[in-house]
Amino acid sequence: MPVIWMLAIIAILAGAGIVLGRKKALASAGGDSRLLHSLPGYYGANVALFVAAPALLVLAAWMVLQPILIESRVAATVPEDAYETQGDLSLILADVRRVARGLDLAVEQGTITAERAGDMRSEFTDVRQRLAEVGVAVGTEVDRTTLTAAQRYRVLEGRADLAMNVVVLLLAIGGFGLMYAKTDKDFRARNSVEAAIMVILIGASTIAILTTLGIVLSMLFETMNFFRQYPALEFFFSTTWDPSFSGRGGSSELGILPLLWGTLYISLIALLVAVPIGLFSAIYLSEYAGKKFRGFAKPLLEVLAGIPTIVYGLFALITVGPLLRDAIASPLGLGTSASSVMTAGLVMGIMLIPFVSSLSDDIINAVPQAMRDGSYGLGATQSETIRQVIIPAALPGIVGAILLAASRAIGETMIVVLGAGAAARIDANPFEAMTTVTVKIVSQLTGDTDFSSPETLVAFALGLTLFVITLGLNVLALYIVRKYREQYE
Amino acid sequence: MNDMRLTERAVDNNGTKIRAKGVQVYYGDTHAIKNVDVDIADKTVTAFIGPSGCGKSTFLRCINRMNDTISVARVEGDILIDGEDIYDKRVDPVQLRAKVGMVFQKPNPFPKSIYDNVAYGPRIHGLAKDKADLDGIVESALRRAALWDEVKDRLTAPGTGLSGGQQQRLCIARAVATSPEVLLMDEPCSALDPIATDQVENLIHELRANYSVVIVTHSMSQASRVSQKTAYFHLGEMVEYGDTGDIFTNPKDERTENYITGRIG
Repeated sequence: MPVIWMLAIIAILAGAGIVLGRKKALASAGGDSRLLHSLPGYYGANVALFVAAPALLVLAAWMVLQPILIESRVAATVPEDAYETQGDLSLILADVRRVARGLDLAVEQGTITAERAGDMRSEFTDVRQRLAEVGVAVGTEVDRTTLTAAQRYRVLEGRADLAMNVVVLLLAIGGFGLMYAKTDKDFRARNSVEAAIMVILIGASTIAILTTLGIVLSMLFETMNFFRQYPALEFFFSTTWDPSFSGRGGSSELGILPLLWGTLYISLIALLVAVPIGLFSAIYLSEYAGKKFRGFAKPLLEVLAGIPTIVYGLFALITVGPLLRDAIASPLGLGTSASSVMTAGLVMGIMLIPFVSSLSDDIINAVPQAMRDGSYGLGATQSETIRQVIIPAALPGIVGAILLAASRAIGETMIVVLGAGAAARIDANPFEAMTTVTVKIVSQLTGDTDFSSPETLVAFALGLTLFVITLGLNVLALYIVRKYREQYE
Repeated sequence: MNDMRLTERAVDNNGTKIRAKGVQVYYGDTHAIKNVDVDIADKTVTAFIGPSGCGKSTFLRCINRMNDTISVARVEGDILIDGEDIYDKRVDPVQLRAKVGMVFQKPNPFPKSIYDNVAYGPRIHGLAKDKADLDGIVESALRRAALWDEVKDRLTAPGTGLSGGQQQRLCIARAVATSPEVLLMDEPCSALDPIATDQVENLIHELRANYSVVIVTHSMSQASRVSQKTAYFHLGEMVEYGDTGDIFTNPKDERTENYITGRIG
């Protein structure tokens, strides 16, 4: 039975729960809702929640875990002489999945009977031809190993699907029965709903946390894979970035330093542009500008945040880059390249202005008027008040805004590709082309990639390093804010 | 300096510190203060009483031009301090506010240390020639606010960590530290418990020796305890003004009598 049917059944049961739970509660009170412990709606909601929540949770968990378990069982049945490396095995498994899917389709369209799909032998049938008839393309001839594994895959999947349907249905019906039986005028449905809602909220936050954990772990495993093939010391301290795809390993030099240098240099320039402009405009908008002007200038500034970064990249490539080269770099003899750290940094800084200004503006506005009155009442001017009272009080939020901008700067890719180029280099001259970690992650992962070679796996190590750096930045900022904040109220 | 001021001084025994003539205040279209005339004496505590929304706080905020910070507010008429029109174009409102200190209804210490709170005004106006001098100003201001003994060992602690009554006295110390000539207090005790109120009222008594104090209050018992002069405001008008004793025992206007006997407000 397809999942959509399961969902429909759960929905119908839940809907019935809403109506019947309410009805039974009212009946138990003789139709007088004042005699009920909770409002009538709670009894219905309670039944519906206990039908839907456990069933849906189990359904979701099952759908995530089932393919992983089945795959490992099937992998175990593939004879060990059929593959050499883990990479070969995962290729075989991909074929197995595709063949199994094809058999499913073939059975569904009636070109093969279900029994035939189960006992078909590759020695006697052109499986590839049969699958092509139903529109599933398999790259190579289907050999015996693959076909047997695919058939095993289908058997396991069929069993698991059946088990899932039974379990989920039982849960839904059980939840309905239990709560419907409990429904009575003295039953505390209100409290029961409250508890169920808390469970749902906990579930949502758990998903968020687990996803983060999953991302970090997957990066971590691939990174460990990389360090098995490439010395960590060289990765972190080599000043040369020179991957070679043809040489397979040995001749590549994968030092992160030039990329980190480019990332930090460009981010620094971007922040030097964005922080003063953003902060000052926030101060103007929140403290000096009239209501009308603010009402129209603030959304206008925020439009900057809505421009896709590729458009900024074009702006850097076509306008800012050549302008900087012709106006500054060439006359001063600093370089002849239109792609430069300065170009990318400037344009990225413009992109970041709204991040700094919009958040800072909200935070400055949140500083109580009493603080301003106190300062003005002592004879301070407006700018003295802003410098000595408002900014210190708003500091935690402002630092938060700057950090958000910094994270964006470090993670930005498009503007760098188009504005600063793709040459990994350590140089102090801001008019030289350099590149960043993110750009190299993209270039290592696009094109003809082989997920077992260090040249590809390095992307994960780069990503993880970047992640650790931004995490460190956040922790540092949190510490600074805790230490220096001037807390009002 | 003009001659008129000298003659006026001679007439009044304590001297007129603030003179308001035909003051009108508008908030946009609302006529908040209607034609108020009042002479406020030096070294005297003057109380403004009246029901909520009667304009007493608005009028108070005219005296140090705090209404300037509200864009829709408009003030007409003259307010003279020591004979000088404070709404004159040549008067710098920032300088004026250093001379006319203000304490607000809700204690509003800055989120800084106790020391920095008190030193805020002197630092802005450059009143101290060195650190030792500033220390002296801070100490004497805290002493005058009767707070020194409670906080002398923790001057670097945040001012926001003090209790409500201590915070309000800190705000008074902060206002006193710039050596103002007039101290405006806008319901300074309305957020305080009776003990803290008592401390602040005692403080007001002492401040009277050096300052002209104007206090807005909702508590008639407070007005009778702390003030020598009382003005009753009603719907933006100043109905009656006179010695505190007279106002409370023998009010001339019916509206004043209704208010102080608890029939309105």
